[in-house]
Amino acid sequence: MMGKTIVEKILGRAAGGEGLAPGDIAVVEIDLTVLIDTDFFPSNWRNVTKVANPDKVVVVYDHRMPAPDRETAEAHVAGRSFVRRFGIKRLHDVGRDQGISHVVVADNAYALPGMIMVCEDSHTCSAGAFNCAGRGIGGPDMIYCITTGTTWFRVGETIRYDLAGRLRAAVSTKDVFLHMAGRFGDHTNQNLEFGGDGLRYLGMDARRTLTTMAAELSAEFAIFDPDDVLLDYVRQRNPTAVFEPVYPDADAGYKERRSIALGEIEPMLALPDAMVNNTIPLREAAGEQIQQAFIGSCANGTLDDLAVAAKVVGGRRIAPGVRLIVTPGSERIHREALKAGYVSALMEAGAIVTNATCGACAGGHLGVLGPSETCITSSTRNYKGRMGDPSARIFMASTATVAASAVTGVITHPGEFLSEVVA
Amino acid sequence: MIAGRVWKFGDNISTDLMLPRPFMLRPPEEQKLAVFAATRPGWVAQVRSGDIMVVGRNFGTGSARPAARSLRNLGLGCLLAESINGLFFRNCVNFGFLAMECPGVSEAFEEGQSAEVFLDDFTVLNRETGVRLKGVPIPGALLELMQGGGVFPILEARGLIERIPPH
Repeated sequence: MMGKTIVEKILGRAAGGEGLAPGDIAVVEIDLTVLIDTDFFPSNWRNVTKVANPDKVVVVYDHRMPAPDRETAEAHVAGRSFVRRFGIKRLHDVGRDQGISHVVVADNAYALPGMIMVCEDSHTCSAGAFNCAGRGIGGPDMIYCITTGTTWFRVGETIRYDLAGRLRAAVSTKDVFLHMAGRFGDHTNQNLEFGGDGLRYLGMDARRTLTTMAAELSAEFAIFDPDDVLLDYVRQRNPTAVFEPVYPDADAGYKERRSIALGEIEPMLALPDAMVNNTIPLREAAGEQIQQAFIGSCANGTLDDLAVAAKVVGGRRIAPGVRLIVTPGSERIHREALKAGYVSALMEAGAIVTNATCGACAGGHLGVLGPSETCITSSTRNYKGRMGDPSARIFMASTATVAASAVTGVITHPGEFLSEVVA
Repeated sequence: MIAGRVWKFGDNISTDLMLPRPFMLRPPEEQKLAVFAATRPGWVAQVRSGDIMVVGRNFGTGSARPAARSLRNLGLGCLLAESINGLFFRNCVNFGFLAMECPGVSEAFEEGQSAEVFLDDFTVLNRETGVRLKGVPIPGALLELMQGGGVFPILEARGLIERIPPH
């Protein structure tokens, strides 16, 4: 019998057997359910009478924080009342523990190797960096999950990505994602599994960028092999956690194995309105004028991102006519960036550093685009109308590229600002 | 068997286009009027009950927002796609909107032609051309949810959520 991939093993174990194969439906108990503020919007929420496992539920307000309008405020009130009624212990509300749900999950190592985690939001595959089977499931399924404690998954085929070597200076895993989106297109109904000797050079932030952006490839799960970088991080952030890392079998049945030589990746750019089959090497598009530059989101609001952005803009000024908006992924990251001097470097250059939230990435507040504006973003999506007016053009690139472009006022290769490896 | 007039759309269509952000805080009956407002304005007014969408690869990519509910609320009878984003497919199941993957469907239909969809063997017929295609079978439990109004009626019946008027 053919060996199993990581996802087949995690789902198989949770479904009470090891025999799962692509095409099967796995009915599983959920280890962690993460509710977010959009779950409590009046048109999405249903009053529940029972919560199956309150200790396995975390509530994180993230999309619109603090509430920018009355509708959101109403959703936040509904969520607090739910938390009180069912004795949910972990609520990340406005304040010290605020952040984007996927980032809060990473900051606190709520996601653990071998675990099954669900959240409404599409970027929940982010938790795959933790060797955790995390998946976005949508609003109605969230209500099913919190009330029953179970859900189902279709077992998809897996593409194995072996990452080899090391990224060059001024290149990041965002560029690796953009390379994948251009070269391999969508991965609908497929899992991504990342491994290879290149992992040792990739920190957890860099890995999370890749697993988070896997949502834009329409992947099911996107999951990393466990290694010491991961296990050390989890033990440090969540010392009492009990977990079992899951490794793929050497003879696992992959649909395909692909190798990516990290040293050959160059800075990349997604053109407006799509990422899949819509990316080019940055050097082919340099010079495009911008009005807004955004750094943030669950994919690229990490401490690594803030460090790179500070390095690029430090001692310089943002170009006249350009707005650089930086939104940390969590208030914890925000505080660490303050201590490290990144926030002051960004502010001195003319950037606005906001509180942690989804913010401009979701087009709701803190940097909405106007008619015919051009933005370069390191966030998660560039679909038409995503960040504001549908006539606005949204280019997507790495944080280094976004910061370099903010300094010059046109889309700019970050190489001249960064001479060392940034991961 | 389900039959209806075909509307065609392309590849990689995101939920941002089906449910633009400014409408996310609005009631579902307003949300449905914003489907494809930026890319195909006026289309929602032309949709008749029972019409069928035939789309390309990777339909419904992106955000988890409840765009499948808007397609259902427009009265569309069915979605036939080369492939469907897994999260969008879950929302189709849970909101009770029939959606099936059917390789070759995009090529097999012109807009305005009539499609017949057979759920006993998951085949699709083009009434004009006679071309018949095999779709990807939908597991029984999921098909039951799609045809039975989604997950909320079940949770109501089990007393796990409070009853409200359907939307």
